[in-house]
Amino acid sequence: MKARTRAAATLLTPFFVLFTAVMLIPIGYAVWLSLFTEQQSGLGFGGSETVFTGLGNYTAALGDRVFRDGFLVLLGYCVIYIPLMVGGALALALLLDSALARAKRFFQLALFLPHAVPGIIAAMIWLYLYTPGLSPVVSAMHSGGIGFDFFSPGGALPSIVNIALWEWLGYNMVIFYAALQAIDRSVLEAATVDGASGRRIAFSIKLPLIRASVLMVVLFTIIGSLQLFTEPLILNTGSGSAVSSSWTPNMYAYTAAFSRNDFGLAAAASVLLALTAALLSFVVTRLSGRKDAHA
Amino acid sequence: MSTTTRKNPWLSKAAVNGALLLAVLYMLFPLVWLVTAATKDTGSLLSGDTFSFKGFDLSKNLSDIASYGDGVYFRWYGNSLLYAGVGAAVCSLICVAAGYAFDKYEFRGKEKLFGLVLLGVLVPTTALALPMYLLASKLGVVNTYWSVLIPVLVNPFGVYLARVFSAGYIPGEALEAARIDGAGELRTFFSIGLPMMMPGFVTVFLFQFTAIWNNFFLPLVMLSDRKLFPLSLGLYSWNTNTHSEPSFYPLVVTGSLLAVIPLIVAFVSLQRHWKAGLTAGSVK
Repeated sequence: MKARTRAAATLLTPFFVLFTAVMLIPIGYAVWLSLFTEQQSGLGFGGSETVFTGLGNYTAALGDRVFRDGFLVLLGYCVIYIPLMVGGALALALLLDSALARAKRFFQLALFLPHAVPGIIAAMIWLYLYTPGLSPVVSAMHSGGIGFDFFSPGGALPSIVNIALWEWLGYNMVIFYAALQAIDRSVLEAATVDGASGRRIAFSIKLPLIRASVLMVVLFTIIGSLQLFTEPLILNTGSGSAVSSSWTPNMYAYTAAFSRNDFGLAAAASVLLALTAALLSFVVTRLSGRKDAHA
Repeated sequence: MSTTTRKNPWLSKAAVNGALLLAVLYMLFPLVWLVTAATKDTGSLLSGDTFSFKGFDLSKNLSDIASYGDGVYFRWYGNSLLYAGVGAAVCSLICVAAGYAFDKYEFRGKEKLFGLVLLGVLVPTTALALPMYLLASKLGVVNTYWSVLIPVLVNPFGVYLARVFSAGYIPGEALEAARIDGAGELRTFFSIGLPMMMPGFVTVFLFQFTAIWNNFFLPLVMLSDRKLFPLSLGLYSWNTNTHSEPSFYPLVVTGSLLAVIPLIVAFVSLQRHWKAGLTAGSVK
C-alpha cells in the first residue's frame, strides 16, 4: 500500500510543481502586484519608488472610463457571439446527426478545419478579406450595391464576431455531435415508433439529453470571450479602425503594462477580469444546477 | 415546412445537406482564398483579383520568404516546431502520468485535488501572462526559449482527459497481473499503463501541439528577440509592416499558408484522435 501512495505522489509531482509555478504563483503575484504603485520621488529626478496603495489600482481601473467601456464592448460581444455560436453549433450538430445527412465524416472534418488555423492567422486572413481593394468579398459586395465598412464603429463588433465564429463553430459542433452520438439509440427509436417527427425528437429528446455538453461549451465560450485580444488587436492595426488599443479589458491591461509601464494597474485589471470569469462560471453552473432540480 | 418535410423526404434531405454544404463553404472559403492568394504577386494581390490565374508567382513568393532577413522565416518555423514538439511531448507525458495516478490510485484528498485541477481549466490564461512576464524578468529568463516553453507544459484539461482515457483503456486486471509478477509501481506505469494509453497520449499531444503552435499572447509578452519568435509572432510582426510597405502582403499570406499546412495535415490524418478527445470532453 505504501508503495502505491509513493507511486501516485511521484506521478503527480511533475504536474503539480508546474501547476504551482505557472498558475498558482502568478495568480498570487498578480494580486500582490495590484496592491502597489510606482510613485515619482521628489521632483521626479530620483527615479520612482514602489509604494503600497491598497485598493488604489482597483479604484483607478474602475474609475477609468476606457476600462469600463471595455467591459461594455465585451458585453455587446457576448450578447451577439454566444447565442450565435451555441445556437449555430447546435443546429449544425443536429443536422449532421439527423438520418437525412450524408457524407458525415466529410462534413465533420471540413467544419472542424478552421480550428487548425492559428487565431492570429485567422484574424489576418479575415482582416485582408475585410480590406477594400484587397478583398474579393468587398468588391463583390460593392458591385452588388452593398457598401459595408467592416472597420466602422458599427461594423467592428460584427467583424470580430465573424472571425471568432469561424474559428470555433466547427470545434463546438464536433463536441455536440459527439454527445448526440452517445445518446442511447433505443430511446430515439422508441420516440420514432410513437410517431414523433425528426424535429420534435431533436428538440424534446436530443437537446435535453446533451445539456451537460451545452453547459460546458457555454462556460468555455464565456471564459474565452472575456479574454478577447488577438482579433481586435489585428483590426486595430488596420488604418482608420474603430478599435482602439484599449478596446477590451485584456487590451487595456496589455497597454497599461507595456505602453505605460503601470504594472500595478495592469495587474488590477487582470485580477478584475479573472474575478469576472470566476463569477460568471459560478452563475452559469448554478443556473444549470437549479434546472437540474426541477427536471 | 414540417408538412412538406413529411410528404417529400427528398426535399428535406436536400435542405439538410444543403445547409451543411453552405456551412462548409463558409468554413473553407477563407482557406481557399489563402491558397490562391499565396500564389499572387503583390500587384494582383492588392487588386483583389485573387481567383484568376493573373499574376501567378508562387515561386517568387517562396524565394522571397526564404531570403527575407537571412531566412528568418525558417528560423521561426524551427522555433514553432521546437516549442510545439517538445512542449506537447513533455506536457502529454506529465498529463498522462497525473491522469493515470488520479484514476488508478486511492489517496487522501484525491477528489479535492482533482477539483483544483478542474478549477485550473477555468482560469483565463491571458490574465496570467502579465504576472508571469514580471516573474520571469525577476528570474532573468524573459526573452529566452524557457519563458515560452515552461508555461505551456501545463494543461489541466489534459489531466482530465488522461484520467478519462486511463479509466477507459486500462483494465485493473492488467495492473494486478503485473503486480503479481513483481513489477514495481512505476515500472508498471511505464511498461503497461503508458503503452495501453497511447491513443490517449496522442490525443492530448495533438491538442497541446495545436495550442502551442497557435499560441500568440504568451510569446508576444515574453519575447523581443526576433530570432526566438514562433511563426505566429513573426507573421504578426510582418503584418504590422504591411501599412508602410505593401510588398509584405505576399510574405504574410504565403508565410501563413506554410504555417497552416502541418496542422491541416495532422488533423486530416489523425481524425480518430481529435474526435476521441472531443468525445471524452463532451460525454463525461
